[in-house]
Amino acid sequence: MNISFILNGNKVNIDTDPLKSLLRVLKEDLDVVSVKEGCSRGECGTCTVLLDGRPVTSCMVAAGQLRGREVVTLEGLENKREIKVIQDSFVESGSVQCGFCIPGFIIAAYVLLKENLSPSRDEIREAVSGNICRCTGYTKIIDGVEKAAEILGQKNE
Amino acid sequence: MKQTTKKNSARVDAREKVRGQTRFIDDIPVYGMLEAATVRSPVCHGKIKEFKNIDKIKKMPGVRAVVSAADIPGENCVPFVKNDYPCLAGVGEDVKFYGQAVSLVAADTRQQAQRAARAAELLIEEYPAVYDPVEAMTPDAVYIGGEDNIHSSFRIRKGNVDKGFKEADIIVEKVYTTAHQVHCYLENQGITAVPGPSSSVIVSGSMQCPFYVHNALVRVLGLPYSKVRVIQTPTGGGFGGKEDMPSILAAHAALLALKTGRPVRLVYDREEDFHSMSKRHPSRTRIKYGASSDGKITACQAEYIVNGGAYCTLSPIVAWRGLVHVAGPYDIANVMVDSYAMATNTVPCGALRGFGQPQVNFANESLIDELAEKLDMDPVELRRKNLLKTGSQTATGQVVGESCGMEESLQKALQRSSFKLHRGSDKGTLKKGMGISTTFYGVGLGAEGKYFAKAGAQVYVKEDGSVVVAVGNVEMGQGALTVFNRICADTLGCSYDMVEILEPDTTRVPDSGPTVASRATMVGGRAVMDAASRIRDILKRAAAVKLGTDENRVEIKGGKYCSPDGEMDYVDVVNEAYRTRQQVAAQGWYTVKDVSFDPETGMGNSYPVYTFSTNIAEVEVDTETGQVRVSSFTAAHDIGKAIHYPSAEGQIHGGTVQAIGYALYENLVLENGKIINPSFTGYTIPTSLDVPDVDAIIVESPYSEGPFGAKGLGEPPMVGPAAAIMNAVYDACGVRIRKTPGLPEDILEGLKKASVES
Ligand code: FES
Ligand code: FES
Repeated sequence: MNISFILNGNKVNIDTDPLKSLLRVLKEDLDVVSVKEGCSRGECGTCTVLLDGRPVTSCMVAAGQLRGREVVTLEGLENKREIKVIQDSFVESGSVQCGFCIPGFIIAAYVLLKENLSPSRDEIREAVSGNICRCTGYTKIIDGVEKAAEILGQKNE
Repeated sequence: MKQTTKKNSARVDAREKVRGQTRFIDDIPVYGMLEAATVRSPVCHGKIKEFKNIDKIKKMPGVRAVVSAADIPGENCVPFVKNDYPCLAGVGEDVKFYGQAVSLVAADTRQQAQRAARAAELLIEEYPAVYDPVEAMTPDAVYIGGEDNIHSSFRIRKGNVDKGFKEADIIVEKVYTTAHQVHCYLENQGITAVPGPSSSVIVSGSMQCPFYVHNALVRVLGLPYSKVRVIQTPTGGGFGGKEDMPSILAAHAALLALKTGRPVRLVYDREEDFHSMSKRHPSRTRIKYGASSDGKITACQAEYIVNGGAYCTLSPIVAWRGLVHVAGPYDIANVMVDSYAMATNTVPCGALRGFGQPQVNFANESLIDELAEKLDMDPVELRRKNLLKTGSQTATGQVVGESCGMEESLQKALQRSSFKLHRGSDKGTLKKGMGISTTFYGVGLGAEGKYFAKAGAQVYVKEDGSVVVAVGNVEMGQGALTVFNRICADTLGCSYDMVEILEPDTTRVPDSGPTVASRATMVGGRAVMDAASRIRDILKRAAAVKLGTDENRVEIKGGKYCSPDGEMDYVDVVNEAYRTRQQVAAQGWYTVKDVSFDPETGMGNSYPVYTFSTNIAEVEVDTETGQVRVSSFTAAHDIGKAIHYPSAEGQIHGGTVQAIGYALYENLVLENGKIINPSFTGYTIPTSLDVPDVDAIIVESPYSEGPFGAKGLGEPPMVGPAAAIMNAVYDACGVRIRKTPGLPEDILEGLKKASVES
């Protein structure tokens, strides 16, 4: 089946099985690197993207549902200042170990910080609770989000 | 809680990872590549009579090849400690666990390959099965493997336990059990095999031990070592699960690649990974301590039984590590231990962070609290009376040498956590409690794996002073790239950004053993240091000639080669070395100093050195729901020396949280040998809401053999927390949990029993 949608601001057209997941479409048909497959059942958050501006686990979206819609992956957010600040804060806070979960956490942090620039540690924990990390024990990831919030908050004052 | 880090410099791989641009094996397509899937046994024990619809499967859409045992050119065996694990179970042969690999399919797409594999119909004659390791020990149990279902057994006979127990005023004896634990590395297993030039094969993928994979491929494909090349790609977590298991995927992918003449990628999905890959061994430990009334432990006797599953894999070494550590980090004159790894018709268990030690530490560190109560002594004071220090003897009679930070770790953890027992004093339904555990951990492979205890490295300094380093030990998240980078740069006196660590490749370095047992820093790091030091000496000589001084008077300080007769920048020294045609490339090599083990008595110097830790948990028990929440956790680890502080803290945070999951949440359920909850919904691991910020304390009691004094750290944080948590639960509400995971229903049942008794 032929499906057109917007990926990171560009129109793309692919010929694929409508039941194939958006995750596999992004990886196999469009070589998008930042989305990762941790579970393929909506349980881990490694495949998080924005669909029409809202975060979704791309493994749970079928290609057939995509017609005319807008998908944004971490690649498509790279020129946003918020994303750069979050990425820098993750690097400086030692938030990264194997890195497999990290793109999902960065998108979750971005969604949180758009709404709330002074989240408490508990609010951060809540906001990233749909993302699993097996390496870090979360402390340094939360440090990274906290640091990014501080920096982004200062600018806005 | 903010951590203070002494040297807060970024990891070398962090930038690419936050951009999501690190390519893991599932992100590396190869031109003309096929995707593979595995046909698996639907039963736990039986004989394969026939692959009924193989001809139909071969004709399914997209299918290019089906491979079975008869197609294997070499031996049908994936070599681990023993050679009992078949690469594929063939017609006329036995399958011994649910999900065992029987055949392989390669197709144009992954979806097509999976569809074909799922459609396979096998005719199997089912046999009776055994799932319980203790039942497998009984004389009339069904035979599965090993000798009378024993994969391996070990013992310790130190002093005279009968005499030791006679001397004791108090004796306590209990049984503790632990369940399976699943690695849950976020990246599933995956390997790509590509037919290479002159009938060779190149295999790359997610793995901890390229040299194990190399050995397995040589064996299965019947090729010389020189025709097989193995490359590690960025690895999304390992925790031991990518120690031995990738050898299986590599052999499977390579068989299909050689059959089709095309690149083949084999990536598991989560459910398949749950069913077929290794797990932490479930265990049963019966342990007994005797002590004099003033708290000196006079004897320890223990029996440690682990469920090894259907094939032996790494079980002997797991049972051995448990044996060496089960008496606890204490100086005890009389010790008797027996440990057994049993065969059952369940998924083979293997390496998982801690490697047999979390199980035994849970037992001995719970029992010592039970002993303290009987003696009416403070559990910290009882530990202090018996803890290992420099000069004391471990259970295998090894004298603890330099680098023993046990007491320092205890002091620091007590102070930072403001440790104090509550003794069930909280009113209401939410009760707080605190608990402690201490650990020792033998770094590296020890006497049972000493032939692997070596590592190589190559260092080349390029014309502009930048450096490339080839290593044999891998990055899997733990920070090895950064550690090797620091060791190399600090040895040469160049800046960190000048040093590039290449991906491990079996054609670049000699067999460097596995990346397991917290050995990468201590052993791999020494090899890098060895190579870099050779070049540093050459550079010093070049600088000395240029400066007109003696090479012994040249010292490296802040990126400069300095002498009383003048100084040169590192880059200028490199230029000078190039101008005078010096060989600025070197091989490094390190072998671990000798270790020993007497199989009759268990006596010997089991490991070259030990790390030590103290774990303190604070919990809140809800006595209405049975829920336990870990509200704070302090972990103080003596690791010799931290090479990169943020990574060291990260190891403590991550390992501790994995252990909190082990203690309270992670519950793999098997029904008749089959895993019935193979997903993150069924098998829940900690999320950010379930765990506190772990307070990591790094204790540095340097080890003269380690690079800059470093020992190891990857595994120890997983060892101690379970006992600290269960001791805290007891302190909170008086319920003693002697199993992992300790679930709400266990707490409620304990509370009910306690109220009936009182
Ligand atoms: S892969 Fe989509 S949530 Fe795990
Ligand atoms: S960094 Fe490895 S899973 Fe999060």
